[in-house]
Amino acid sequence: MIIKNIVQKNSYYDSATLMLLSSQVAKEVGPDGDAAVMMGSDMNREILEKSGLLADEGRAAGPNDLIFAFRAATEAEADAAYAAAQETLNSRSAKMRSEENVMAHSVEEAAERAEGAKMAVVSLPGQYAAREVKKLLKADCHVLLFSDNVSLQDEIALKKLAVERGLLMMGPDCGTAVVNGVGLGFANTLRRGPIGIAAGSGTGLQEVMTLIHNYGGGISQALGTGGRDLSGAVGGLMMEQCIRLLAEDPKTEIVVVISKPPEKPVADRMMAQLSGIGKPAVVCFLGGDQEEVIGNIHVVRTLEDTACEALALAGVAGNPLKAAYESLPDIAETCRAKLTDGQKYVRGLFCGGTLAYEAMLILSDKLGGIHSNISHDPDLLIAGTDASVAHTVLDLGDDAFTVGRPHPMIEPALRAERLVQEALDPETAVVLIDVETGYGSHEDPAGVAAEEIAEARKKLAEAGRDVVFVCSVCGSVDDFQGYAAQEDKLRSVGAVVLESNAQASTLAALIAR
Amino acid sequence: MEKKLFDEPMTVINLGLPGFFDSVKGQGAPCIHVDWKLPAGGDVRLLEILDRLHEMEEAEQNA
Repeated sequence: MIIKNIVQKNSYYDSATLMLLSSQVAKEVGPDGDAAVMMGSDMNREILEKSGLLADEGRAAGPNDLIFAFRAATEAEADAAYAAAQETLNSRSAKMRSEENVMAHSVEEAAERAEGAKMAVVSLPGQYAAREVKKLLKADCHVLLFSDNVSLQDEIALKKLAVERGLLMMGPDCGTAVVNGVGLGFANTLRRGPIGIAAGSGTGLQEVMTLIHNYGGGISQALGTGGRDLSGAVGGLMMEQCIRLLAEDPKTEIVVVISKPPEKPVADRMMAQLSGIGKPAVVCFLGGDQEEVIGNIHVVRTLEDTACEALALAGVAGNPLKAAYESLPDIAETCRAKLTDGQKYVRGLFCGGTLAYEAMLILSDKLGGIHSNISHDPDLLIAGTDASVAHTVLDLGDDAFTVGRPHPMIEPALRAERLVQEALDPETAVVLIDVETGYGSHEDPAGVAAEEIAEARKKLAEAGRDVVFVCSVCGSVDDFQGYAAQEDKLRSVGAVVLESNAQASTLAALIAR
Repeated sequence: MEKKLFDEPMTVINLGLPGFFDSVKGQGAPCIHVDWKLPAGGDVRLLEILDRLHEMEEAEQNA
């Protein structure tokens, strides 16, 4: 094998584009080879060094240089992979440049040229993002800040500036919003309607808004705040702004708020604000223990309950989500018949962080302590890369899995190895997974998951046993991936597919109990 | 002062992932992509100093 690095000086590309490119190019260098395309920052060079992909040319690269690194059987194979990488990059930028008036060279130029209300989506590396967001806010642009690794201090300063100027600054780490019917970031195709949502979590928002859509409701606006907004330090600055905008919006008749339980003073302020909006509100404190109606505010516990409550308030009658629970014990009984005595644990492998969190809560209620890389209980907290312990739920979007790799919602194949490993554990009864569709997500996520499941079941058959695969598709029936087709792909390999993450988690618990 | 957003004609400005530009365009919404380059060779400290100088200049002009 040879190691070859080619350095392209002064060529910036964002890391997500390069991560996707890396996984495509790695396929060009055969099963024993490897490839990565990265900017030459200190951290990236360290990643390449650890992966055994760095050569002297790469070692000499600077942060503004692009490194193509290959481990290949021959020089010719590395060159072919390099040519493929170049072709992908060139065709991408040529396509964008060929479209008239779509490229600007600076934030200022873009803001000047943009007509009507201005909504910016920023997914730059975190250390440079705050600086550009400040310029955008000063140019009166609303902002969705997708990037993470933005400091708390910058977040507070940017949100204060936004509030002062009457703007939205959603994020950092805000993955999803739907504004005026346009999906931003990871978003879904939705009908417009009277339900307005403000959420501190991306996949939590996607699960609620798609369930509302799939069962006949409609969304006026769906806004995000970023997960840190409701901490004591940020104090819910953007949540307050979002609630105010939804309260004032004549097309929003019901206001929905989704977040993990905020710190008490922040929660108290938020509830006081909601009590005065003159519209019904649904609040989901995911992981909270409240379930009650306080004046105009309906407090619920799961994402599915949030969607059901909002649908009921919007007058959409007869949604079958709750009725589906009646059939779960029978399905569980049938599934359990496939298992042997030693198979007793649930292993959840999630691309969506909030879906992992919701699954952990539902499983905990029914099975007791769930080990997880996102557990708040130090006795149950495990490192994501450690072996699973008893019942385990993993958030595969966690940093431990994503350094130098794309997020699993963009590249779900990253789950493959772990899925087979968990399925082959003789104590595993259920492998519980999520599949996300919509803008920004993989073009065929269920296809990827189905291949993994088929591979695992083949190996299990050789070992003379089976495992129950339980899934739910977090997506709208109108997403471009085709919701029904995605479900069919999962069912075709023997997976049980349910209509929500809450149902899938409940079934998993019933099977393992 | 509120900057109107809801149900106004809207242009999306994209900085970063080209895939997000594609999906906004695919929905038929106007979108401008900023061809962003790493400034000052990626030196964040130098950028902070330059920005601070720029802000001081602006403040002086407005005084």
